[in-house]
Amino acid sequence: MSVQTKGTDTAGKPAVRKARIPGPPAGEDRGSRSPSRRGAAAPYLLLLPALLATLVLLGWPLVKNGMLSFQNLNPRQLIQHLTEWNGADNYKEVLTGADFWHVVERSVVFTAINVVLIMVLGTLIGLLLARLGRKMRLLLMVGLVLAWAMPIVAATTVYQWLFAQRFGVVNWVLDKLGWHSMADYNWFGTQTSTFSVIILLIVWESVPFVAINLYAATTTISKELYEAASLDGAGAWKSFTSVTFPFLRPFLYATTFLEVIWVFKAFPQIFALNEGGPDHLTETLPIYAYVQGVGNQHFGVGAAISFLTIVVLLVITSYYLRMVLKQEEDEL
Amino acid sequence: MKRSLFGRIWPNATAVVLFAGFVFPVYWMFATAFKPTGDIISEDPVWFPANLTFSHFQKAVDADNFWTLVANSVTVTVCSVLLSLVIALFAAFALARLRFKGRRGLIVTFMLAQMAPWEVMIIAIYMIVRDADMLDSLVPLTVFYAVMVLPLTVLTLRGYVAAVPRELEESAMVDGCTRTQAFVKVIFPLLAPGLMATSLFGFITAWNEFPLVLILNKANDKQTLPLWLSQFQTAFGDDWGATMAASSLFALPILILFIFLQRKAVGGLTDGAVKG
Repeated sequence: MSVQTKGTDTAGKPAVRKARIPGPPAGEDRGSRSPSRRGAAAPYLLLLPALLATLVLLGWPLVKNGMLSFQNLNPRQLIQHLTEWNGADNYKEVLTGADFWHVVERSVVFTAINVVLIMVLGTLIGLLLARLGRKMRLLLMVGLVLAWAMPIVAATTVYQWLFAQRFGVVNWVLDKLGWHSMADYNWFGTQTSTFSVIILLIVWESVPFVAINLYAATTTISKELYEAASLDGAGAWKSFTSVTFPFLRPFLYATTFLEVIWVFKAFPQIFALNEGGPDHLTETLPIYAYVQGVGNQHFGVGAAISFLTIVVLLVITSYYLRMVLKQEEDEL
Repeated sequence: MKRSLFGRIWPNATAVVLFAGFVFPVYWMFATAFKPTGDIISEDPVWFPANLTFSHFQKAVDADNFWTLVANSVTVTVCSVLLSLVIALFAAFALARLRFKGRRGLIVTFMLAQMAPWEVMIIAIYMIVRDADMLDSLVPLTVFYAVMVLPLTVLTLRGYVAAVPRELEESAMVDGCTRTQAFVKVIFPLLAPGLMATSLFGFITAWNEFPLVLILNKANDKQTLPLWLSQFQTAFGDDWGATMAASSLFALPILILFIFLQRKAVGGLTDGAVKG
C-alpha cells in the first residue's frame, strides 16, 4: 500500500492524504546495525510518552465506559455521586428494547451505502485524474481539496442552506427542472430525505480523500508494466484488471476499512443537521448512545449502548483487522 | 495511442462538472455571506453577488463571546497539535530508525488506536472529567484532542523519518555526532515539511472536534467554534446571511492553512529527496 508522493504535479495533496492511511513499513532498518549497544532501552523510553498517553487517555475511558454500563446512573445518582451497580440490567433493557436493533440495522445500511458510494465514486474520479491533462487535473484537484478542507460543522450549515425549504437553491433548481412539487419541499421532514442530504454531505466530503490518494497511487505504477501488458496484447480493460487493479488492491482495502470506521462513527454531520430527527428516525448508533445517555440522562444505559456500538464496529471491521494483524505477524 | 475527439472531450467535460459539484457548496457559502438579505431571500437565486455587504460578518463577529471562542479554539488547537507533535516525534523516531523487540506490535497498536471510537465514549469521558472537577475547562479538551491525533501523527511522522536517507545520519555520526546530535542537526530540519503536513491533520481534527466539547463545555465562554457555529445556526434560524458568514469565518482558517501547508509540504519533501 505504498502511496508515494513522487509525482510533483499533484499540487501536494497526497503527502497529507496518505497520512491517514497507516503508512507502509518503508525504509526499515535492514542491514544497518546500531552503532552502540548501550541504548537498548532507548526505543522504549522514546515510545513511553506516546504509549502512556494513549493507554491512559484512551484505555481509561474504555474501562470507565465498561464500568458505567453496569451501573444505574440517572440524574439523581449523577448529582449525588452515587455508584449503584445494577448488573446487566442496562444491557437487558437495551437488547430487549425494540429501538436498538432498528438502530443497528440502520447504522449498518447507512454505513454500507455511504462507503460503497465513496469508494466507487472516489475510485472513478481518481482514475479520471490520472487520465486528465495537467490543467484539467489541477482544476479538479482544487475542487476536491476545497470540499475536503471544509470543516464538517461549516459544511453541515451550508448543506442546510442548500436544502432549505424556502429560498434553498436545490429546491429552486428542481422546480426549474420541471419537478414543481419540490419547490417548497421540506428535506428534513422525512427519514429518507434527511438521510439523502446526510449521505450527500458525507460522500461529498469523503470522496476527495479516496480520489486524490488513489490518483497518487496510480502515479507510482511503473510504465513498464503497462508496456509489457500492451505487448502481450492487453486492451484498456485488460490492462486495468491485470495491472492497475492488483496494484491498487491493498490501497483499496485500507481505504475501505478507514471509510467504514469514519462513516460508522459519523456524529457531527447527523447531529448538527437534524439531531437524529425527524422523530429519531436518522439516529445511528453513536447518536442513539448520545440521545439515550446524555439527552434522556440515562447515562448507564447510554454507556451500555456505547459498548455495544464498539462491539458492532469491531464485528464489521473484523475481516480487515484480522488481515492486518496476520500480515504484521507474517512480517515479524 | 490516438484518442478520438470524443475520447478527449468526455474526461474534460466530466472534470468540469465534477469541479462545479465539489466547489459549489463552498462557493455558495461565501457568496451568500456577502449578499444583502434581499438577494438571499429572492425567488430566483442571485448567482453572483453584485452588491457586496459586510453586515452579515458584522453580525457574526458581534455575537456574544465570539472573540473569546476564537481564542479558545486557537488555544486548544495549537496546544494540542504541539503536544502531540512533541510526543509523536520521539515515538516516530524509535519506530522508524531503531530495532527492538515488539516494534511491529507497537505499530499495530497505533494503527488500532487510530480507529478509537471517541464519538461513542463521550459519556465515560464526561464522568472522568467531571470527577476530576474539570468541566468547562480547556485543559481536558486540549489533552484529549492531542491523544486523538497522536496515533496518526506517530504513524505519519514515522513515514517521514524513514524517508530521510539513512546515509545522512550515518555520515554525521562518522563526523563525530552522537545519534541524538545527528537527529537534531541533520534529520530534524529535513522533517520540517513533514511536521507541517502532519500537523495539518491535527489542526483539522482539533479545530473541527464537536462531540467532546458538546458534552464537556457547557459554559458559554468555554466553548469552541464548531459548537458555537452549530448553536448559532439554531439561534439565527433563517438568517442565512449571518449563518453563512459565521461558517465562512470558521472555515476560512482551515481552507487557507490547507492550501498553504500542502504546497509547502510537498515542495519541501521532494526538495529534500533530491538533495539527499
